[in-house]
Amino acid sequence: MSGSNEMEISRRGLLVGSAATAALTTVSVADSQAAPLQPQPATMKVTMKVNGQRRSLDVDTRTTLLDALREHLKLTGSKKGCDHGQCGACTVMVGGTRINSCLSLAVMHEGDEITTIEGLGTPEKLHPMQAAFVKHDGYQCGYCTPGQICSAVAVLGEIKAGVPSHAMADVTARPQATNDEMRERMSGNICRCGAYSNILEAMTEVAGVDA
Amino acid sequence: MKFETPAGTNPIDQLKVVGKPTDRIDGKFKTTGTAPYAYERHDVAPNQAYGYIVGSAVAKGRISSMNLADAKAAPGVLAIVSTLDHKPLPLGPQNTANLFGGAEVQHYHQAIALVVAETFEQARAAANLIRVDYARTKGKYDLEALAPTAPLEGGGSGEGSAAPAIDRVGNFDGAFASAPVKLDQQYTTPGHSHAMMEPFATIAAWDGPKLTVWTSNQMIAWAKRDVAKTLSLSPENVRVDSPYIGGGFGGKLFVRADVPLAALGAKAVGRPVKVAMQRPLIANNSTHRPATIQRIRLGATKDGRITAIAHESTSGNLPEGKPEVAVQQTKLLYAGANRMTLMKLAVMDLPEGNAMRAPGEAPGLMALEMAMDEMAEKLGMDPVEFRIVNDTQVDPEKPQRPFSQRQLVKCLRDGADRFGWSRRSAKPASVREGRWLIGMGMAAAFRNNQLTKSAARVRLDGKGMVTVETDMTDIGTGTYTIIAQTAAEMMGIGLDKVVVKLGDSDFPASAGSGGQWGANNSTAGVYAACIKLREQVGQRLGMTGDVEFADGEVRAGGRSAKLADAARNGPLTAEDFIEYGDLAKKYQQSTFAGHFVEVAVDSFTGQTRIRRMLAVCAAGRILNPKSARNQVIGGMTMGAGAALMEELAVDKRFGFFVNHDLATYEVPVHADIPHQEVVFLDEVDPISSPMKAKGVGELGICGVGAAVANAIYNATGVRVRDYPITLEKHLTRLPQVA
Repeated sequence: MSGSNEMEISRRGLLVGSAATAALTTVSVADSQAAPLQPQPATMKVTMKVNGQRRSLDVDTRTTLLDALREHLKLTGSKKGCDHGQCGACTVMVGGTRINSCLSLAVMHEGDEITTIEGLGTPEKLHPMQAAFVKHDGYQCGYCTPGQICSAVAVLGEIKAGVPSHAMADVTARPQATNDEMRERMSGNICRCGAYSNILEAMTEVAGVDA
Repeated sequence: MKFETPAGTNPIDQLKVVGKPTDRIDGKFKTTGTAPYAYERHDVAPNQAYGYIVGSAVAKGRISSMNLADAKAAPGVLAIVSTLDHKPLPLGPQNTANLFGGAEVQHYHQAIALVVAETFEQARAAANLIRVDYARTKGKYDLEALAPTAPLEGGGSGEGSAAPAIDRVGNFDGAFASAPVKLDQQYTTPGHSHAMMEPFATIAAWDGPKLTVWTSNQMIAWAKRDVAKTLSLSPENVRVDSPYIGGGFGGKLFVRADVPLAALGAKAVGRPVKVAMQRPLIANNSTHRPATIQRIRLGATKDGRITAIAHESTSGNLPEGKPEVAVQQTKLLYAGANRMTLMKLAVMDLPEGNAMRAPGEAPGLMALEMAMDEMAEKLGMDPVEFRIVNDTQVDPEKPQRPFSQRQLVKCLRDGADRFGWSRRSAKPASVREGRWLIGMGMAAAFRNNQLTKSAARVRLDGKGMVTVETDMTDIGTGTYTIIAQTAAEMMGIGLDKVVVKLGDSDFPASAGSGGQWGANNSTAGVYAACIKLREQVGQRLGMTGDVEFADGEVRAGGRSAKLADAARNGPLTAEDFIEYGDLAKKYQQSTFAGHFVEVAVDSFTGQTRIRRMLAVCAAGRILNPKSARNQVIGGMTMGAGAALMEELAVDKRFGFFVNHDLATYEVPVHADIPHQEVVFLDEVDPISSPMKAKGVGELGICGVGAAVANAIYNATGVRVRDYPITLEKHLTRLPQVA
């Protein structure tokens, strides 16, 4: 970079900087005085039915559904892989529909029925999809696994309910639990360990049992 | 136990439990969300506060000032740990970039502050109120521009790959000049991010001078050492606990910034602090697989015998950093009397380059195995046959050193048969299915077997339960299960009688998880401890000589007793370790595979779809075919990502990886990966360890990227030598659409 466009570079630096800090070489913000005290965060009461149990919480309105589950209700089965809706590790079901719980605020779920991985089964009594993941080794590190399983259960439900997908040649036809169909619908759930081939086998087995 | 001579018959050879495709013993916890990962340990320390990391917004320079006033005054904030209040923290021996401390910025998103607050939301909001002034200085971010003047540099990652700056055997220049058939090509691989699903995360709690960190780390003994060094503590005052690790791939070999920040934060607020590194910081804050520029020259006779082989690799790293050893496998994979490898290292200001799954071999084979494909075509030979012709059963640099086992030829022949390789058209771009161009490709895979000391403790109680304790980690590798299988086999009991406890630095120090050395060494350590426990059991029961452990019983001299009886008057505990003599010097120990891939390339869009993948592997005894297969398909998946999409995109003006999250650093998803087939050849390697096993955790990623690339070439007739092979790189050169 040449000296003459230092100013321009600096301003562009502001654009590429992180959300938390800004790169400025020409205007000092560090010298400015402290602003008045920030207002206390708004809190709100929310009542949800989580895995069949009524749970009432008083939460910061900025709290995501994921953090309400993990940090407030200590249901840590739902995972935080990215906190930006990019990885699917936080997948839970709300009223039977899967969502990325990191992209949803807890206070938006007044009265909702939430099902997390803990609500599907327990180590002593596994849900058929959980048992199929164990049988087919549909995981490695286990961190994406609860999200994969919640998605897998919901995907088979979507296919059964006739919800169309991009993978269908004819979106008005009745979707089938084919490999391509399931792979397409599961593609929002990243498994960096790369157990996809085994996850598909687990889903295929459960889909066959259901059919 | 010192392993100095090849293993004879031992209790593992019974294969009643070992070698079976057992479901994972931790599976029911992972699938129900009840396996606790680092950030989730609500139970281990009360009153945890939340930390939020601030990363540098410049890649190089100094922080002139930080205004913390607004952040400090924000609701819920308990403390702010600022880099300006600390000297640079001392580094562990395998790292180059400062984790924290001081005004100097060495790379983008280096941690410069931690905000600690009552809640996560409060810590995040306050972090956004910190204002930083930087004095930015110019940095070096363009490997291509720096490569011509980069100096020679030997060394390695410390995770299993190393090479001297220049290594010569015979007379390469002369042999290459006179070779009747020659290839001289350049290949490039970009930086890769581990992108494991669980972010770096730590809960830190102090008890007087003692620090405990519940964290996510592959190498507990290294972590304990480095935490002590980084925070200037005595090692006995440090405890590290990582029972579950949400992926690592080399990214969690080392202590990262979350650990000292959580510890400093906890110190500052006088209560436990939990920190998870935010996903958008990870790619630039932590380590990555460095980009490479590689040159390969091959000279051969007309009948396809390699007479000259040279591999050069240039990578970049921070000052004092190590090169990516992309030449590693070229020293050992193929025959050839005249050889040369060479590495150069450019000093750069990008984040720290370090080990990622199969460091060296992963990018090295992406280049070498594409070069082999190109050379086979020049020779008019089948690529499988070309590799077979150039097989070697000895270390080509030191012919007196044989391989302990080397079944590469069988991997390739069996793979070709199973895959239907004979149906491949040698002429590129000659198979069409409608709009799709169809191609097949293959590559050899190679990764060394590494031997390292590993300890374990085993305890037998009065109920006949055997508990294994070792600081070994299960990063998804199936370690819990294969250790349980080993103990069950040794003690003659079922898996339901074994408890395995891992990842705690209070347990005996193991090999840890890295360099595909975990399975063989950690189970060999358990084997050694079990041998001692068997002796104690025999003594307690008054049985000597040929004592058999089977069906929960101990039998000798016509007598039998229940195993539990030996611990009737109190538990028996045995601790031992495996360590190795010089068998690794006398024999080259490596693992091998043949990868076969079929792709379809859309003739209209250039998009590549992988249709079939097969790996045939020879990697010693397979301790659990189910979890081992999973390791191989995981490697194949990551290798497919490297071939088709993975690339840390460098902003050469500002010096950072632009695509630093999971939406923009693209990794394979379900839709990208077909059914994957893995075959393990029958093999036991008594020269490796008493387990007669080797490693498979990294073998799967080795070579597979080139197999994908070679399949694409076979489909399209367009050779792309710069990974990843994204559609714009061949779209304009694809065969005409009819």
